Amino acid sequence: MPCIRKSALAALALTASFATQSAFAQESPTLKKIKDSGTIALGHRESSIPFSYYDDKQQVVGYSQELMLKVVDAVKANLKLNTLQVKLLPVTAQNRIPLIQNGTIDIECGSTTHNAERARQVAFSNTLFIIGTRLMTKKESGIKDFPDLAGKNVVTTAGTTSERLIRKMNEDKKLGMNIISAKDHGEAFLTLETGRAVAFMMDDALLYGEMAKAKRPADWVVTGTPQSFEAYGCMFRKDDPGFKKLVDATLAKAMTSGEAEAIYKKWFTQPIPPKGLNLNFPLSDAMIKLYKAPNDKPFD
Amino acid sequence: MGYQWNWSIFGSTVPTGETTYLVWLLSGLQTTILLSLSAWLLALALGSLTGVLRTVPSKPLSTLASAYVELFRNIPLLVQLFIWYFVLPEILPFGLGDAFKQQLSPLTQQFLSAMLCLAFFTSARVAEQVRAGINALPRGQRAAGLALGFTLPQTYRHVLLPMAFRLIVPPLTSECLNIFKNSAVCSTIGLLELAAQGRQLVDYTAQPYESFIAITLLYLVINVVVMGLMRIVEARARVPGYLGSK
Repeated sequence: MPCIRKSALAALALTASFATQSAFAQESPTLKKIKDSGTIALGHRESSIPFSYYDDKQQVVGYSQELMLKVVDAVKANLKLNTLQVKLLPVTAQNRIPLIQNGTIDIECGSTTHNAERARQVAFSNTLFIIGTRLMTKKESGIKDFPDLAGKNVVTTAGTTSERLIRKMNEDKKLGMNIISAKDHGEAFLTLETGRAVAFMMDDALLYGEMAKAKRPADWVVTGTPQSFEAYGCMFRKDDPGFKKLVDATLAKAMTSGEAEAIYKKWFTQPIPPKGLNLNFPLSDAMIKLYKAPNDKPFD
Repeated sequence: MGYQWNWSIFGSTVPTGETTYLVWLLSGLQTTILLSLSAWLLALALGSLTGVLRTVPSKPLSTLASAYVELFRNIPLLVQLFIWYFVLPEILPFGLGDAFKQQLSPLTQQFLSAMLCLAFFTSARVAEQVRAGINALPRGQRAAGLALGFTLPQTYRHVLLPMAFRLIVPPLTSECLNIFKNSAVCSTIGLLELAAQGRQLVDYTAQPYESFIAITLLYLVINVVVMGLMRIVEARARVPGYLGSK
């Protein structure tokens, strides 16, 4: 009877996790802080569709948000708390690292790339998502790939890896592009939509997300050779192995059990708020591999 | 907190390799100063005109000036900036908006929008100071000017304004300081002024505290210089026999 065996296994795993509980709380300043205050502060994004954003009812939703809530449940169970107050705080690409460091937020799961530079200031969990950096442009713009951008206005979001890549490309290949750095993805898309720029360089998943928000999604296309692959992770304070272990274990369990894939399907292959559009972004090979073997390796 | 201080970050080369982070900061400083000064001159001119119009004995003109002041004073600066940058080019007639968006470089577009926004916002506040300065003068001064045979514009030019401006130097100093501080809002439309360069340094180096401390000090330096200059102006412009004079 496989069912019984499964539940027995689950019970065993539960006992095991209870046994390690006190150890977690002791060696983790973050868990201690959460326990003492009875509050966990979550950082989320405002317009990173479909990872972490406001829906039409101003609720925070998205793929990363759902996984972060799994972590909250795990924290609550781990600390044996009856009630855990969840504080949601919107963050931007610019303030997310300082806010983690100064303790305003305990964890952020959104669309934050895990790279070596950032890993010197904050810690990252197992990878949530793998993206490629590409371009969005009007269908009739005639732009197929990055070399077509020479001498044109290109927009990207300030503080992102794309901003760095496109500036470097502009400098290295002397493309003479005018690069506009917008405050957030919504504003970057507005810059593209109003004709100030001919293309928007960003993580492909986010580009599909912006497309879903557009007045006429069919006018836009995502194109170009990916300039980099990046691993998104949840971000929390450094030197907190207890908390990292808990977050990683929670995410790994969600990925290997198929839960994460179900969440993926919900956000990337089905209609999503606010407009009920479907991103039609199938699970990539990199993601299938990640779900089979969860890890926290960055790409750079 | 596990933060690793690294002050040598300013001397290191930026990822695109053409210069150092310090040069980025200084170019931001330059933009902030150019932007604020040009906006301040425009604000002073527009504000003086509006402030005078608010005190003239003509109902339509003073109503118009009041409407101007209330419009620009009661809308948040950030909203005004977005209107100047994102909305205005969309509603300009005769393809002017498209010309603005496609002929000018992004930097010029951002600079012009930011300058106009700061100038109009501050001009409303300057107008209020000018009006207060004129109203603070004894009513007999206006009457005396007119009785001497000056026309109304001449009364303003030779009697009222020379006194009024000398009275309002201290509040104008704060407005001038404000315009430098308010210019940081312009980083939200992508203009690479001082605050934006500071933000960029944080993104590129992941050393937020050094960057924020550096831009804080630079803003402080700007404002101490402005304050010092205005003190000199104040000392020279002081009206004997009025409050604060020796």
